[in-house]
Formats: sequence, C-alpha cells, structure tokens
Amino acid sequence: MNWRAIQAIYIYEMTRTVRTIWQSVVSPVISTSLYFVVFGTAIGSRIDQVEGVAYGSFIVPGLIMLSVIMQSISNASFGIYFPKFIGTIYELLAAPINFLEIVIGYVGAAATKALIIGLIILATANLFVDIRIEHPVAMVAFLVLTCLSFSLMGFIIGIWAKNFEQLQLVPLLIVTPLVFLGGSFYSITMLPETWQKITLFNPVVYLVSGFRWSFFGMADVALGWSLLAIAGFTGLCLGIIWWIFRTGWRIKA
Amino acid sequence: MSTMLSIRDVRKVYDGGGEALKGVSLEIEEGEILALLGPNGAGKTTLISIICGIATLTSGKITVGGHDVIEDFRAARRMIGLVPQEMNLEPFEKVINTVALSRGLHGLPRNDSYLDEVLKKLSLWDKRDTPIRELSGGMKRRVLIAKALSHAPRVLFLDEPTAGVDVELRKDMWQIVRELKAQGVTIILTTHYIEEAEAIADRIGVISRGDILLVEETGSLMRRMGRKDLLIELHEPVATIPESLSKYDLRHGERDDVLIYSYDTQAARTGITQLLTDLSEAGLVLRDVQTRQSSLEEIFVGLVRDNNAEDAA
Repeated sequence: MNWRAIQAIYIYEMTRTVRTIWQSVVSPVISTSLYFVVFGTAIGSRIDQVEGVAYGSFIVPGLIMLSVIMQSISNASFGIYFPKFIGTIYELLAAPINFLEIVIGYVGAAATKALIIGLIILATANLFVDIRIEHPVAMVAFLVLTCLSFSLMGFIIGIWAKNFEQLQLVPLLIVTPLVFLGGSFYSITMLPETWQKITLFNPVVYLVSGFRWSFFGMADVALGWSLLAIAGFTGLCLGIIWWIFRTGWRIKA
Repeated sequence: MSTMLSIRDVRKVYDGGGEALKGVSLEIEEGEILALLGPNGAGKTTLISIICGIATLTSGKITVGGHDVIEDFRAARRMIGLVPQEMNLEPFEKVINTVALSRGLHGLPRNDSYLDEVLKKLSLWDKRDTPIRELSGGMKRRVLIAKALSHAPRVLFLDEPTAGVDVELRKDMWQIVRELKAQGVTIILTTHYIEEAEAIADRIGVISRGDILLVEETGSLMRRMGRKDLLIELHEPVATIPESLSKYDLRHGERDDVLIYSYDTQAARTGITQLLTDLSEAGLVLRDVQTRQSSLEEIFVGLVRDNNAEDAA
C-alpha cells in the first residue's frame, strides 16, 4: 500500500474543505437551524411527543442522518468527478497507486467532512433542544458507518456521472425521497399499516431507526436489522467499486 | 548505456474499431532525449498515455527501467514524470499544494526544500502561494513541469511542451531539458516543431497514423538535410545522360530538359565547378541554374505522405 499517496490525497481534499469552509460547514448549520425553526418549533409545538420523546428532540437523529447522507454523497461524488471534469485525473492514473488507494483517499476525506458536519449539527441541535444520548459508542459507530457507506456510494456516482446534471440526479431523485420517507421526521409506527410494510423496503429506515436507538433507546425496527442493513449496503458499494477497479469503467480509455 | 524504455509491438485498438497504434516498437537509452515528431492524430499522445498508465494497451509489452508498466506498475511509474499536453490543473488550488500532491502520490514524504528548488528553477518560487487560476498560460505550463519533477523522475515525458508558449519560455524549457539530461534523466518529448526536435533531441522518431516511420540520430538527419540539389535547365531535352557525366550521379527532373545534381554543402569540394565544365564539354547548353535545399521538413512531409499513400493503396 502506498500510504503516502493516500495521505496526500486525503490532505489535498481536506485542504479544499478548509478553503471552502463557508459552503462546507456554515450552510448545513444554517439549513439545520431552519429545520428546527420549521419542524421543531412551528410544527413541533402542535405535536406533543413521539413515543415519549419531545418532538423537537425526536427529529434530531433523523436530521443528522439527512445531512450526513447528503453530505457524504455530494462530497465524495464531487471529489472524484471534479478531477475527471477538469482533467487532473491523469495524475491519479499515472501515479504509482492502485484504485483501492484512490478510493481510501477520496472516500476517507469525504466521510471525515460529513462526520464533522454531523457533529456540528448535533452541537447546533443541542442549542435548540435537550438531547440525551443513551449509547454514545453506538451513536458514533452508526454515524461513522453511515458516512463511510454513503461516501462509497457518492464515489460510485462520481465515477458514473458524465456531467454535472447526472451528478445531481441520484441524490435528488433517489436519495432525497428515501431519506424523507425513511422516518427522519416521524416514527414509522405513525403510518397506516400498508405504508409501514412498504417503508420496510427503504434502507434508510434501518439507518435512522438504529441511529435513533443510540439516542433514545427506542427503535422502529430491531437493532440487528439496522446493523445488517448498513453492513449489506456497505458491502454492495464495495462490490461495485471492486468491479469498477477490475474493469477501469469510465476511467481509462 | 542501458535501455531505459522498451516498447515492443504495442497496439491500441479503440472499442469503436479505430486503430490508434499499429504495432509500435521503440528502444530508448538511459539519458537520451528522443523527439517524437508527427502530425495531429498520429498517435503520439496515445503512446505516452499507454506508457504512463492513463490508457490501456490492446497488445504488446512496455518496460520502464526494466519494470513492466502493467505487472510492475508501481516501480515503473515511480520512475516516470509526465507533463501533459492539456493544461489540466485545479484552478482554485495553490501552486505549492498541487506540486506537493504530485510528490505525495508518488509515495515520497513531503520535502519542501526540494520542492522549493524545483519551483525556483522554474521561476515559480514567488508564485508558490498563488492560486493557479491567477497564473498566465506560460506559468501554468511551468506548474505542470514542476508537478512532473516533484518526485525526481528518471524518465520525463513532455507532451507538446512548447505548443502555444512564447519564445522566452521555450528557450527556458530547452535549458531545463538540457540540465535534466546532464543529470542522466531520459526525456521523451512530442512536438510538431522540427526546429525544436533539432535543437534538443539526440534522436528523432517520426510517427504517423499509429506507425513509427523512422528513428534516426538527429545528426544524421541533419546531414541529410545538409544536402542540396542543383537544378540544371538545358536548352534541349536529353533522353539519356551522357556517359562522361556518370560520376556525378545525375538524375532527371520533372522534365527531360532538367538535370538534378545532389551535393553536400558541408564537403570541402562540392564539385559544381567541375560539373559545369564537364557539361559544356559534353555539348549541353545551359538555360538556367538554381539550387534548393531538402529540409527536414521535406523529409518529414515526404515520409508522412508516402505512409498515407500506402494506407490508401
């Protein structure tokens, strides 16, 4: 393994984050605050409690998941798409590194950034509502795994995309609906029975449920299923990346 | 001297069926400067891209410093520096960061004193903290070179290094190439400009339509170029050249009343005076005399044209 190369990519990507600190960090904080104003205060004042948790607190894990998933995908997809777009990818291809090292560098940086944003949102949320975290270790583990798996997915999207429109397509058309319908702002037990069944096909439900369990000790689905879902999703992304690595798909002429 | 770069029967066929390289073979010695000369679309960049790992090859074998570029790609690529043709640089990044990235990608620890030296040599040192988008085109080209030199490569590829750069930068670039050669670096450059190949290359390879047509020492190509033709126009056409003039190796021009005598301008005696005397003794009357030079450009154009004609046939 060429660890120095991984380190170089990681530092280079993190430098970009620091350079664009305003867009990178401040905008998610502002948008999260807006969610709190709208959902927490305006709507939340009419919804008393969800399964014994104040609504304002109840949405915190879902909000963090929402931002972290979107951030992971956009960071990682942009991170690898941009060199393809401006042509600097030649340097990665001509360097003594393999595809796995490229993935670790880019996905590691994208996931780190998403994780930092997730923690900042948690801190911001703490200003608005009371938060208790019953299982802090599990909470961090869920957060890290989500950052990593969705950064892997973002990396795949970045390799696949041939233009900026395609780069936006998957996050907007697939991920946003899945996240919004994945119980970020409600408990799926609040849905009619048929919809509860359909919702179980949405992988994000398992992530949000498991993450919420780490906060409040209650979950929509069993914790085991949540762990299985995230492991399966990570495995799927790794499999696709392995295939891209074998074939040089959309990278090498 | 040992072989630094060995290219054996490399073919590249694109998915669409287009054949970019038709079995290219080439050996380059350590410390040599080779210029690949050829028109657009000849396959120069494709060949370099394959050697460097940017494109895949269809068949054939390439080694750099004895390392196979596919099986032992890490060892091979650690030796290679590449200056691409396109200005592929991230506009928002600072010069020093992008150069440091290149060094890191090659598995070397950051070494600011070495990088500063490279930047100074390329007159970039005062721009080290400038975002790339604020640099002029020539400066950007220098940044690409700095990136390629950041890991002290043993083989340097320069893909059209002086396309669209001003005279000053071109002279600077040639100077840098000579210094690198003095350090034993092997250099392969592609160019459209014959004068550039003449100025710095040890050998010149002419490539056209995916084929290497000729690889020759620059000196011997220059000697060919040093030859001149004397065109002798006669009053009357001569069907057969008189026996008494056989030692001059005369040949007919486009018409029967024109004879051509080739001679070496560098030689002590060109033989022109004696030829003119012998011509009048043979009873031939001159109407006009002129000379013309067969330039490397002509040799090059001729080669490419022959190659194209063969393809068409």
